[in-house]
Amino acid sequence: MLIRKSNSDGITSSEITPRSAYMNRRAFMAAGAVGAVALAADPVAHLLRPKTVQADTKLATVPSPLSTKGLPLTSFYDITHYNNFYEFGTNKDDPANHAGSLRTRPWSIHVEGEVKQKKTFDIDDLMKLRPLEDRVYRFRCVEAWSMVIPWIGYSLSEFIKQCDPLPSAKFVQFLSLDNPSEEPGITSVNLDWPYSEGLRMDEAMHPLTLLTFGMYGQVLPNQDGAPVRVVVPWKYGFKSAKSIVKVRFVKKEPHTTWNDMAPNEYGFYSNVNPNVNHPRWSQKTERVIGAPIWKQRQPTLMFNGYGDQVASMYSGMDLKKNY
Amino acid sequence: MIFLKVLVHVACLAPIAWLVARGFQNNLGPDPTHTVTFFTGHGTLRLLVITLAISPIRKLIPKLAWIIRFRRMLGLYAFFYGCLHLMTYVWLYAGFSWAAMVDDISQRRFITAGLAAWVLMVPLALTSTAWSIRKLGGRNWQRLHWLIYLAAIAGVVHYWWGVKQGDRTPMEITVTLAIVLAARPVVAWVRLRMAAGQRVRSSL
Repeated sequence: MLIRKSNSDGITSSEITPRSAYMNRRAFMAAGAVGAVALAADPVAHLLRPKTVQADTKLATVPSPLSTKGLPLTSFYDITHYNNFYEFGTNKDDPANHAGSLRTRPWSIHVEGEVKQKKTFDIDDLMKLRPLEDRVYRFRCVEAWSMVIPWIGYSLSEFIKQCDPLPSAKFVQFLSLDNPSEEPGITSVNLDWPYSEGLRMDEAMHPLTLLTFGMYGQVLPNQDGAPVRVVVPWKYGFKSAKSIVKVRFVKKEPHTTWNDMAPNEYGFYSNVNPNVNHPRWSQKTERVIGAPIWKQRQPTLMFNGYGDQVASMYSGMDLKKNY
Repeated sequence: MIFLKVLVHVACLAPIAWLVARGFQNNLGPDPTHTVTFFTGHGTLRLLVITLAISPIRKLIPKLAWIIRFRRMLGLYAFFYGCLHLMTYVWLYAGFSWAAMVDDISQRRFITAGLAAWVLMVPLALTSTAWSIRKLGGRNWQRLHWLIYLAAIAGVVHYWWGVKQGDRTPMEITVTLAIVLAARPVVAWVRLRMAAGQRVRSSL
């Protein structure tokens, strides 16, 4: 998404398709002759519609007891201008500058692997599957910086139940969009695309693990992983796959992008852990994004402060080995 | 010449003034620590490369021989930026904790390389006076100051080891340094050819 002053494209908000009409567009199109006209007009409408329109779409939400209380939120500007999203380049401002080319409609998630049967979920149906909750979470990047982000979504477990995984499914793999025509970083950045991440089944089913559609009261800005991503608040940020197009249930630990790239730096688990250092820096502290330079550093919490809820999943595991 | 020297001082100090002013306004981007780190680090490497470019340029273009007068100044500014970069680390990363610094230096090769680069610049800064040249003798002084090659190389290695795999941002300064270093044998060869040509002409 690009932060543009409203009306910079000369389009007033009244000209933008209202969300309700937009969500019901298929019913609208089904209406015979009218539908034919709409189909013909659709590509044109797409060209006219500013790329930012999605980000301006407000979402109706309900509060959640799983939201983290009492933390000052990172500003919307910083959350949308300081991103690691290599599909759009390696610099922190590349996603803000280049993610405008990402088309988030039509969009669907394909479910495959150890499931009763393969399924495809349309993004608009997914967003209506459960009430969307406000979930404020700490966000800790493996690069030792942190934010506090008001996400919007529902527990991933609700989605997984709809996928009917077989008992043989022990892990879930998430694959992100791999489309060089919309994502310039795919061509310029030397990673093995598509971006792949994964969770153990119990981690994926944990109520804190969020299937995320929005942030700050509106749909996800493109650079934050639109239109759908996961957020796993007790793990380093790269575990929270963005712009997901495929969910694969698997028997064995799936390969994951950063673990492939540098296994000594990025473990499969990658739980936030101040006692296990990254080879290039300490993880004991973190830099708070948006804070003044003299107050930026703060201690990092075990499991990013979510230990009470998640530590039991790792009892008996050596977290220094399974970093 | 005085005017040019003032210009170089301004060019080297203005970015720092800008950085400090933005710092007080809390206007150094989402991650100010990161901004200052890269600002001072890039500054150090760029000034080192500019300092190293002076010799080959003046040998290749005799008309520009006078730029040698800026070399010491630029070298000292490289050291100054290196000190700011080191202070950024000591204050904003290590929090003035010796334990944290010892941890970093012993466990993290990119920090070791960066510290090595700074340490290599210290004797050069200390012996930058005319008095030191007289005291050491020109030949010894020059040999000592070959350490700048090691400092610049250690600095670039520090940069590569510091960024994550797949990140190509250090490439630009690496190529520039490589050109400036490779220029030395090339310039020496060109001058040899020219001298040989003159000998041939004079013997005819």
